[in-house]
Amino acid sequence: MGKVGAVPNRRLASVRGVPATSPPGRRARLSSPGTSHQPSEAREEMRRRLRNLIEGNRVMIFSKTYCPHSTRVKELFSSLGVDYNVLELDRVDDGPRVQDMLTEITNQKTVPNIFVNKVHVGGCDRTFQAHHNGLLQKLLQESSANDYDLIVIGGGSGGLSCAKEAAILGKKVMVLDFVVPSPQGTSWGLGGTCVNVGCIPKKLMHQAALLGQALQDSRKFGWEYNQQVKHNWETMTEAVQNHIGSLNWSYRLSLRENGVAYVNAYGEFVDLHKIKATNKKGQETYFSASKFVIATGERPRYLGIQGDKEYCITSDDLFSLPYCPGKTLVVGASYVALECAGFLAGFGLDVTVMVRSVLLRGFDQEMAEKVGSYMEKHGVKFLRKFVPLMVQQLEKGSPGKLKVLAKSTEGPETIEDVYNTVLLAIGRDSCTRKLGLEKIGVKINEKNGKIPVNDMEQTNVPHIYAIGDVLEGKPELTPVAIKAGKLLARRLFGASLEKCDYINVPTTVFTPLEYGCCGFSEEKAIEVYKKENLEVYHTLFWPLEWTVAGRDNNTCYAKIICNKFDSDRVIGFHILGPNAGEITQGFAAAMKCGLTKQLLDDTIGIHPTCGEVFTTLEITKSSGLDVTQKGC
Amino acid sequence: MAAMAAALRGPGRRFRWRTQALAGGARGAARGAAAAQLGRKVAVVDYVEPSPQGTRWGLGGTCVNVGCIPKKLMHQTALLGGMIQDAHHYGWEVAQPIRHDWRKMAEAVQNHVKSLNWGHRVQLQDRKVKYFNIKASFINKHTVCGIAKSGKETLLSADHIVIATGGRPRYPTHIEGALEYGITSDDIFWLKESPGKTLVVGASYVALECAGFLTGIKLDTTVMMRSIPLRGFDQQMSSLVMEHMESHGTQFLKGCIPTCIRRLPDGQLQVTWEDRTSGKKDTGIFDTVLWAIGRIPETRNLNLEEVGVNINPENQKIIVDAQEVTSVPNIYAIGDVAEGRPELTPTAIMAGKLLAQRLFGQSSDLMDYNNVPTTVFTPLEYGCVGLSEEEAVARHGQEHIEVYHAYYKPLEFTVAERDASQCYVKMVCLRESPQLVLGLHFLGPNAGEVTQGFALGIKCGASYAQVMRTVGIHPTCSEEVVKLRISKRSGLDPTVTGCG
Repeated sequence: MGKVGAVPNRRLASVRGVPATSPPGRRARLSSPGTSHQPSEAREEMRRRLRNLIEGNRVMIFSKTYCPHSTRVKELFSSLGVDYNVLELDRVDDGPRVQDMLTEITNQKTVPNIFVNKVHVGGCDRTFQAHHNGLLQKLLQESSANDYDLIVIGGGSGGLSCAKEAAILGKKVMVLDFVVPSPQGTSWGLGGTCVNVGCIPKKLMHQAALLGQALQDSRKFGWEYNQQVKHNWETMTEAVQNHIGSLNWSYRLSLRENGVAYVNAYGEFVDLHKIKATNKKGQETYFSASKFVIATGERPRYLGIQGDKEYCITSDDLFSLPYCPGKTLVVGASYVALECAGFLAGFGLDVTVMVRSVLLRGFDQEMAEKVGSYMEKHGVKFLRKFVPLMVQQLEKGSPGKLKVLAKSTEGPETIEDVYNTVLLAIGRDSCTRKLGLEKIGVKINEKNGKIPVNDMEQTNVPHIYAIGDVLEGKPELTPVAIKAGKLLARRLFGASLEKCDYINVPTTVFTPLEYGCCGFSEEKAIEVYKKENLEVYHTLFWPLEWTVAGRDNNTCYAKIICNKFDSDRVIGFHILGPNAGEITQGFAAAMKCGLTKQLLDDTIGIHPTCGEVFTTLEITKSSGLDVTQKGC
Repeated sequence: MAAMAAALRGPGRRFRWRTQALAGGARGAARGAAAAQLGRKVAVVDYVEPSPQGTRWGLGGTCVNVGCIPKKLMHQTALLGGMIQDAHHYGWEVAQPIRHDWRKMAEAVQNHVKSLNWGHRVQLQDRKVKYFNIKASFINKHTVCGIAKSGKETLLSADHIVIATGGRPRYPTHIEGALEYGITSDDIFWLKESPGKTLVVGASYVALECAGFLTGIKLDTTVMMRSIPLRGFDQQMSSLVMEHMESHGTQFLKGCIPTCIRRLPDGQLQVTWEDRTSGKKDTGIFDTVLWAIGRIPETRNLNLEEVGVNINPENQKIIVDAQEVTSVPNIYAIGDVAEGRPELTPTAIMAGKLLAQRLFGQSSDLMDYNNVPTTVFTPLEYGCVGLSEEEAVARHGQEHIEVYHAYYKPLEFTVAERDASQCYVKMVCLRESPQLVLGLHFLGPNAGEVTQGFALGIKCGASYAQVMRTVGIHPTCSEEVVKLRISKRSGLDPTVTGCG
C-alpha cells in the first residue's frame, strides 16, 4: 500500500517542516493551532470529499497505478469512449484513509472501486460483468438530467477562475455574467470589478499620478523641458479604457478556448438546480446544473440622501468618466475613497475627502493616519467627522456644479460647499438579494447581505457554493477570489483536498504613498495577544530616490509586530513607502514560512532599496526611542 | 580607501586602541561604530588614494562615494527619463524638446554623497570612534603607521586590527593609452561634464549598470565585451538583461578586446579593437572610455607580508576563516578584500557588525554568506537570491531540478506601450517534494524591492508549495512570483496572459 503510511498529509507537511538544523522560524509550527484535526471532523471531511467525487463525475474510479485490474477497467472505459475521473490511492498522501472510507461506504475493501452516475458498480470483475449484461450501458445512459455540471453566477475574477478550472477538469460549465448599469448609466464588459472598475483602472490612474510626481522629480535629476505640464483626463481615460477593453476580450477568448459557455444574462434561482437567465432584451432562458457557484461580488453603496443617486458618481463611474471631474468631494474613508482622492489630487485637481469617523477601517490605524497625513501634506483636504445631508445640482454640464450640505457628527454644525463632482466611496454591498436565494433556502446574513460558508466555500445548501467578495468574513481581494475559485473547482471535480488559506493575506493600498501590509494590525494583535506579549519594531526611512528629489524625509515608515512568546514570530508587517506592493509580496511569502525577527536580522539587505529597511530594524516601540532617520 | 579599527593595549605608544578599522567604508564604519557601541576604544583610519584621473572623495568607502549610492541615483535619473516618455500615454502633456543636463544631475548626486560623508563622520564622532584621515600600513601585528596628506606620520597600536580596505577598479595597463585616457567607476560619478559618446569596456554589473544609465540619459553608449555578460550570474537572466539593453539603445561589441587608445587633436579618443573570432581590427571615436573590467583588492600597500597576513597570490585577496580571522590571529579582514566573500555593501556591514560582537563577547554568531540577495540596477532591473540555474544543476543534477518560469507584462507597461519581452521570472527548485526553493531570479521594474522579501522566504527554507500558497498582491509585478505554474520541463508556453 501507500508508501507514506497512514498519516494524513497535513501532519506530514508539518513534520517535514522541521529539518535537522531547524531555524527558529519553523520549530513552533508543529504546535500551532489548526494543524491537527479532530478525527471525527477529518472523517466527515473525507466523507464529503468522496461524495463530491462520486457525485461530481459520471464515472469515478478509485484505483492504484500499479494494479493491473485498475488498468483493465480504465482501458474498458477508454474503449467505450467514456470519460472518467481517477483517484490513484498510491499517489495521494492519505490513500489509506480514502480506502478505509470507501470500505465503509461500499463494503468493498479492494481497488479498483467504480461508480457510474453515482451508483456503486463494484470492482473490476463486476464492472466487466455489468458491461456484458448491459447494465453498464444503461447506467451510463442515465446521464444526469442537468444541462451543466456547474453554473457560475458572476464573471469576475473568482467566478472566471473557478469556471475555467472546472472546464479544464473536463466539466460542462456555464458562466452567467450581467452588469446592471450604475445609476449614472455606466456599464462594462466581462471580468468583474477588478478589471473594469477596480484594481486595474485604479492602479493605472495611480501610475498616472505617480508619473506626475516623477515629472516634478525629474527636474532635480537634470531633466529639462518646458515648465508648462498639463494633465489631460480624456487621453488617460481613453488609454485606460482601451486596455480594459482588451482584457474583456481576452477573458471571453479564454472562456471560449476552455469550452466554457458564457451567457451575458442575469441569473436568478427558480429551483434547487434551476436558474433563470434574463438578458438585456428581457428574454428569459432556463438552465439547470448539478452545482452552482455564486460569485456576484459587490457594488458601491449609496447614502440614501436627497440627490445621491441622481448626481453623485461612484468608483463604478469614475474610471470611464468622459470628462475631467474637476473640483471633487470624495465621501468616505475606505481604501477606495483614499485611492481615488489620491490620484485625482495627483492630476492637480482640488480634492476634499469627507470622513465620518476613521480612515481605512480595519487597517492598522497608525498606518492609516500616516497615509492620511501624507495626502493632506500633498494637497488633499480632509473634512473629519462630517456626513453629507443632501446634494443639489446648481448647474448641469461636464462637469456640472453640485452643492453639498453636510453636518457634523459631533454637534449641530453644518457646512456647505460647491463641487463639480461628488464621488461616493462609503462601502460596498453584496449582490445577493436579487438572486432568488430565498427560494432555494441559501442563507445570507440579513444585515450585510453576505453569504456565510464553511471552510470549503459551501453554503448551507450543499450543492451551492460561494466565493469572492460575497463571502462573510473573508478578505475582499481579487487574488483571494481567484485562488478560492480555482481550489474550489479542484476540490469539486478533481481529487484535490486543498482549501483556500485565508490567513496572512497580503494587500496594498495604492494611495499616493503606498501602504502594504500582511497579517495583524497593531490593534488587532493587541486584542488577540495582549500588548505585553508583543514587541513592535519600527523605523522611519528616506528612500534614496527621494533624497535628491528633495521629498519629505521621515515620512516613509516600516513596522513589524512580533509575538514574544513564539520565537518573536512576525505576525504583522506594515510598510508605507514607494512600491509598497512590490515589497510586501515577498515578505508575505516569508510569513507563510514562519518568519521571525531573528531571520529578518540574519537576512542581508539589497542595497539601496526600501525593502532592506526590514533587515535592520532595531528600535522597539516600547523603548520609546526616536525613529527619525539620519544618514544611510 | 582603507579603514582600520584598533583599540588600546599597553602604555608607551602614542595611541592605543582596543580595535582599529583600516578603511572607513561601509564595513569599516559599521564595524567601528558597533565596536564603539560595545564600549571599546576604536579608531578608524581612512585614506582615499586619488584615481589615476585625480578623483577623490570622503569617508564612507566605495558604496557611498563611487558605488551603490551614486549609481542608483543615476539609474533613477535614467528611469525618470523613461517615465517622462511614458507620461504622455497617461495624459501628461509635456512639450518637446526634452533634454538632460549632466552637470545638474552630477551636482545633485555629489551633494547627496557629501552629505552622507558628513553623516558618517558625525556618526563616528557620536559613537566616540576616533577618525584618522591617514594612509596606513602595518609596522607589526599590533601597530600601524599612517601618513597624512601633509606627510606627518602617526603610529597607532591596537589589540585587534580589522582590514576593510575594499577594492579599486582595475586598469588594463598593457593597453596603450588605457591609463592616460580611460576613466573608471571611480571617476564617472564625479565628472563635472557629460561624458558624451562613451565606450564602456567590460561586462561586469558595473559595466552594464553604467552603460544602462548613460543610454538612459540619451548618450550614445557602446559596451565592448570579451566574452559573457555578468559572469557568475544566471546566464539566461544575463542574456535577457543584455537583450533588453540592446533593445533600449545600448550598442554591444561582442567578442572584442581593445588594443589601443589614442587622443585625437580635437580631444576625442580613437579606440582600436580586435574581434577575437575574426581577428579583424576596427576603430571608433568616443568622447569617453570607461574601464569596468573588474576590481583589485587594496592589499598591496598595507605591508601585509611583513606581519604575516596571507593573501591569495592570484587575486591579492586576504585569506580568512569563518570568523573573518586572517593568518594572524588578531588581524581580521571583511568586505571586498576578503577572499571568497560576495562584494556587496550590506554583506560587509553585517559581517563587520557580527565581528565586533564576537570580538567583544556579545555573541558568537558567524556571518552566513549563503543566499545573499542582490540586484543589478540595469535599465530593466535584475534581482536574484540563491543559486543560478547552472549552479543548481551542477550541484544537484538536471533531473533533480525543477524550474518554474514566466514571461509577464507589468500593468504599467500596457498603457505606456512598452515592450515587455524581457520581463521574466524564474524560480529554481529541487524537483523532489516539497520542492525546496534554491534560487529566485526576477527581471523587471523594482526588482530590488521584489527580491528582498523572497530572500527572507528562502532563508526560512521556503518550498515551492509554500510560495504558491501565498496570496498575490494585485496588481503588482511581484505577484508573478507566487503565480509561477509552468515548469521548464513541461515545455509549455510560459507567457502570462490576463489576470487569472
